[in-house]
Amino acid sequence: MHAFELIQAASGQPAKGPGAIFMAGGTDILQLMKSNVIAPDQVIDIAGENLRGIKATATELRLGALETMADVAAHADVKQGWPAISQALLLSASPQVRNMGTMGGNLLQRTRCLYFRDTSFACNKRNPGSGCPAIAGENRELGILGTSDSCIATHPSDFPVALMALGAHVAITGPDGASRSVALADFYRLPGDTPQIETAMRPGDVITEIVVPASEAAKRSAYVKVRDRTSFAFALVAAAVAIEIRDNRIHHVGIALGGVAPMPWRAAKAEQALMGAAPDDATFERAGKLATEGAKAAGMNGFKIELAQRAVTRALTEAAHPDAGKEAL
Amino acid sequence: MSGHTKMIGQGIDRVDGRLKVMGRAKYAAEFGTTDTVHAVLVQSTIAAGTILAIDAMAARSMPGVIDIITSENAEKLHAAPKLQQAVEFPLLQNNDVLFNGQHIAIVVADTLQQAQEAAAAVTVRYRPSPAITSMDGHDATSREPSQKLNGTHAADSATGDFQAAFDAAPVKISALYETPVEHHNPMEPHATIAAWDGDRLTLWTATQAISGTQQALAAFFGLTQDHVTVICPFVGGGFGSKGNTWTPATLAAMAARHVKRRVKLEITREQMFFSNGYRPQTRQALKLAATRDGRLLALRHDGVTATAMPGVGEFVEPVALISRMLYACPNIATSHRLVDINQGLPTYMRGPGEASGAFALESAMDELAVALKMDPIALRLRNLADSNPTDGKPFASKPLAECYTKAAAAFGWDRRTPEPRSMRDGRLLVGMGMATTSYPTNRLKASAEVVMLADGSVIVRSGTQDLGTGTYTTMAQVAAAELGVSIDRVRVELGDSRLPQAPVSGGSMTTASVLPAVQEAAVAVRDALITMAIAARKDQWHNLDESVLILRDGAVAGPNGQVDIGGLMDHAKVKSISKTVDAAPPQETKTFSRHAFGAQFAEVRVDPDFGTVRVKRWVGAFDVGRVINAKTARSQLIGGIVFGIGMALMEETRTDRASGRFANANIAEYLVPVNADIPDIETILVETGDPITTKLGVKGIGELPTVGAAAAIANAVYHATGKRIRDLPIRLDKVMA
Repeated sequence: MHAFELIQAASGQPAKGPGAIFMAGGTDILQLMKSNVIAPDQVIDIAGENLRGIKATATELRLGALETMADVAAHADVKQGWPAISQALLLSASPQVRNMGTMGGNLLQRTRCLYFRDTSFACNKRNPGSGCPAIAGENRELGILGTSDSCIATHPSDFPVALMALGAHVAITGPDGASRSVALADFYRLPGDTPQIETAMRPGDVITEIVVPASEAAKRSAYVKVRDRTSFAFALVAAAVAIEIRDNRIHHVGIALGGVAPMPWRAAKAEQALMGAAPDDATFERAGKLATEGAKAAGMNGFKIELAQRAVTRALTEAAHPDAGKEAL
Repeated sequence: MSGHTKMIGQGIDRVDGRLKVMGRAKYAAEFGTTDTVHAVLVQSTIAAGTILAIDAMAARSMPGVIDIITSENAEKLHAAPKLQQAVEFPLLQNNDVLFNGQHIAIVVADTLQQAQEAAAAVTVRYRPSPAITSMDGHDATSREPSQKLNGTHAADSATGDFQAAFDAAPVKISALYETPVEHHNPMEPHATIAAWDGDRLTLWTATQAISGTQQALAAFFGLTQDHVTVICPFVGGGFGSKGNTWTPATLAAMAARHVKRRVKLEITREQMFFSNGYRPQTRQALKLAATRDGRLLALRHDGVTATAMPGVGEFVEPVALISRMLYACPNIATSHRLVDINQGLPTYMRGPGEASGAFALESAMDELAVALKMDPIALRLRNLADSNPTDGKPFASKPLAECYTKAAAAFGWDRRTPEPRSMRDGRLLVGMGMATTSYPTNRLKASAEVVMLADGSVIVRSGTQDLGTGTYTTMAQVAAAELGVSIDRVRVELGDSRLPQAPVSGGSMTTASVLPAVQEAAVAVRDALITMAIAARKDQWHNLDESVLILRDGAVAGPNGQVDIGGLMDHAKVKSISKTVDAAPPQETKTFSRHAFGAQFAEVRVDPDFGTVRVKRWVGAFDVGRVINAKTARSQLIGGIVFGIGMALMEETRTDRASGRFANANIAEYLVPVNADIPDIETILVETGDPITTKLGVKGIGELPTVGAAAAIANAVYHATGKRIRDLPIRLDKVMA
C-alpha cells in the first residue's frame, strides 16, 4: 500500500489535487488501496459529515449519501414504499459490510473484474491503453451488455440496479459548492474506449443525496439476485422491477438488470413491450427475452444471457404476485 | 486404570478454548518484539523464463528499507534432497522463473507498510519462455511419477485381468471426471518470525510439522538439528497447506540472517494462493462393469493430475488409491500419470487423493446403479469387501454396512423415489444422493513425556501440533484418565521442537500416533508410583496383586487406605516422576488393511430456472475407530463435510491461461461456503474401534468426512435434475444448461 495522509473532511484542510480521494465506509476503497489498484496520496474521511437522513414522503424518498446499507434496508418506509431497495441491500455483501457501506459509496463501488483487481495484469480501466486480458481470459462473471472492445467489466453493486428500475436521481455537490441533480441513467458512463471514466463525477464532486420517486409501481417493486453461494457473493445476474397493474393491464413498469453490464442496465425495450399488456407468464417471459436484446457473450459468460432473461421473468412474477410464497434458494 | 477412565470418549470442552476466545492463544505471527523488522516477498508476474535484472534502486532508497534480497545477494543454501517435505524452490538460488507468482525477492523494512510499498516499487526485467499453464490439452505429454504415492504405493496396480473382464461384462459404464485446482485457505495465513543468535536459529512459524521444519531449516543452512528451534503453540487451520516447509519460512530465516535482525514474514491472503501448495487439477477416467444383479466384475481408474515443473518439485495426487481397496472386485486396474505445468508445487489438501478420487469413483458407482436400475446402497452392499481386493489383507475393522444402514435410516432414504426429477418442493427440484467415504488409518512413531508433580498435577509434553482439532485436549484426557486426575490438573505442552519428537500432523494420524505415546508414558509414571507406594507400605501391600492399586486424585489407593504421592516423592527426595516413551506402530499393522469408513447422505434443492443448488440436509455415519472426545470429533466431522460441500459446489482456483497466474487469488472471488450454505448436519458415530493400530482403538477423523461429500452432492443433483455433472464445482451454469 502506498503511504498516504488521512484528513478529516471537517478539518477544512484542502485536498492537494488529483492524488486525493474521499472515503466514506471504506469497504471498497481500502481493498483497492491494499491491492495497489489505487494509490492516493491523501484520503479525505467524510464519514463524519452531515449527509444523513432517510426521508419518505408521498412523492419521494430521499436518502442521505452517508446512510448505511444496513439502516436503509431496515427502514420501515423503505420496505413499504420501495421494497426493491431494501431487498437489493439485504442481498448485498455481509452484515458487517452493510453496517459500514454507504449509499454514495455503493453507487461508486469498483468492478470485481479479476484483472482490474490484480495489478500484475494489464487493464484498460486501471491503466488506460494497456489492454484487456479479460476479454480472452477468465470472464465468466463479466459483461454481456454495454461492453466494448476495451472493457467488459461489470458494475458489482445491487442497490443502484433497484434505483435504475425506480428512476432515481443523484444529487452531487462540486468543489465550488454548487449542487446538481443527475438522473441515474446519466450518472454512469459506458466504457467505449475510455473505460477509466465510469461516472459523471468530476474531481472534487461528492454525492450528497439519492432521490427516488414514489409510485404505485415502486410499492410493487422486487429484486431477484442469482449468485454462486447463498450469501456474501456478487450477482452473476440480478433483476430489479417495479410494476403497477390496473384492471389486469400493466400500467407502468421499470426493469433493470445487474451483474451484466458496466452499469445498472435499464431494459427500456422490455418496459415498452409490457405497457398495456396482461401481467401473465407469457408476457413476463417475452419481457425477459427483450431485456437482453443486443447481448454479446465473451466466452465463459454466455450462460448469463438466458439466466438474465429468467431472472427478469422471475422478478416480474414476484412483483406482480407479492403475496405468493417465494421458494428462493 | 482409574475412576477417571470414563473421560475418554466424552465431549470435554477444549482445554485451550478459553485462551482462544479471549484472544490469548499466541500464534506464530504474534511473537514479534519491538525491534522486529518486516519482510515482504516480491513475486514474478510471468510463468516461465529468466530474470534478466531486478531493479531495486528506487525501492532501496525508500523510507525504512533495510535491504532487498534477490538471487544476486542471497545466501547460498544447501540442498535437502532427502527431506520430502522441504520445499527447495523458489529460494532465490538462481534466476529461473518456473511459475507465475513465484517469490523472486525479499524486501526488509522497519515497518510492514514500508516493506509493502517498497516491494511494489521493485521492477523486474524477464526473458520469457513458453509456458504450459494448465494440463488441459497436454494429457499426451503425461508421464509416470518418479516417486511412490504418499511415499508408499506404486503408481500403477493390476489385479486380475481388467480388460478381458470388462469386455465380457453385460453392464458397463465409462466416464471422465474432472476436479479443479483448489486452495486450502486456512483462517491463519502462513507467518514466520525468525531470529538468529550466532549460528542458532529460532523460528516461530505456522506449521503442521515442527519436526519437519526443524530438519529442513537445519539442512538448508547447514546446521545440526539442535541448533534450530521451531515453535508453534497454535495453528489456525492447515488442511495440508502447512505440512511442508514452504519457502517463506526458509526465506524469513534467510532474511533474518542477512539483515542481522529478528524478521517477521507474514504471507498475505493473496500470496497464500502462490506460496504453499494447492490441490491439483485432476482428470479421471473410470470404467466399471458388473453382472446384471450388480456384482462388480471389473474396475479401472486412470488418473492424470497436474504437478509443477521438475525444477520446482513433484507431487502426485493419489486419486485412484481408493479404487484399489473400496469394493470387492476381481479385476481392478489403476494408474497415475502427471502433467508438468508452470505452477507452484501442489500438495496435500484435506482428503488428499481420496477426496478427488472418491468424487470420480462414487459418481461412477451411482451411474452404474442407474444403469442397473438398482438402489445405490444395495449396489454398494452387494460389493462390500471383506478383505482388501488389491493386496488381499483383512481389514482391521470395517463396520461399513452399519454406516450405510444407520445413515440411511436417519436420513429417511426410504422416502426417496428413484426416478430423476420425481421429487419436488413447490417449484424446486429435490434430490437425494449418497456416497461412501474411506480414508487410510495412519500411524507414525511419536514420543511423549509425562510428568507427575508432587502436588498431583501432571505435565504432558510432545513435539506435536494442534491444528485447532483438539490435540491439547485429547492429550490431557488420556493422561488424566491413566493418572486418575481431573483434566484441569493436566497441563499440555506441544508445538516446540525441544519437546519429544512427534510426526507431522497430517494424514489424520496425530491422535493415533501421539496418544499411544502419551498413554504409555502415563502408564509408566503410574507404575513407578505404584511401585513406590508398595515399598512405602510394604507391611500391608507387599504381597498384593498390583492391579488393585489405583491412582486417584494425587494418591495411590488400595485396600486399607491410600498413600499421598507428595509424601512418596518427599520420601524418595524427588520433586516429580517423569517418563518419556517412544511409541511405534506394532508389527501387525503391516498384515492388515487399515481404513476408516463412512456413508454420506445429502439432500439438495435445485432451482430449475437458475440451476442454483443448495444443500438442505446432511447425514453422515462414520467409523473413525474409538472416539477420544465426542465434541472435538463432531467438530472435525462437520468441518470436513463443510469442506466437501465447498468442494462440490463452489471452490475453484481459476488460472488465466495466457499468463499462468491464478486469477481469483482472494476469498471474495474464491468462494467457500458461508453459514447460509450449510444445513443441519447430523453425524452418527459407528464406534467399533481398530484393535490393531493402537490400544486406544482410534483411527483418524480429519480427512474422512470430506471424502465422498462431493459425490453425494453430485449424485443428489443427478437425482434432482437428471443431469450428471462430472466436473467440479457444480455451479449453476452447468446445471441450468
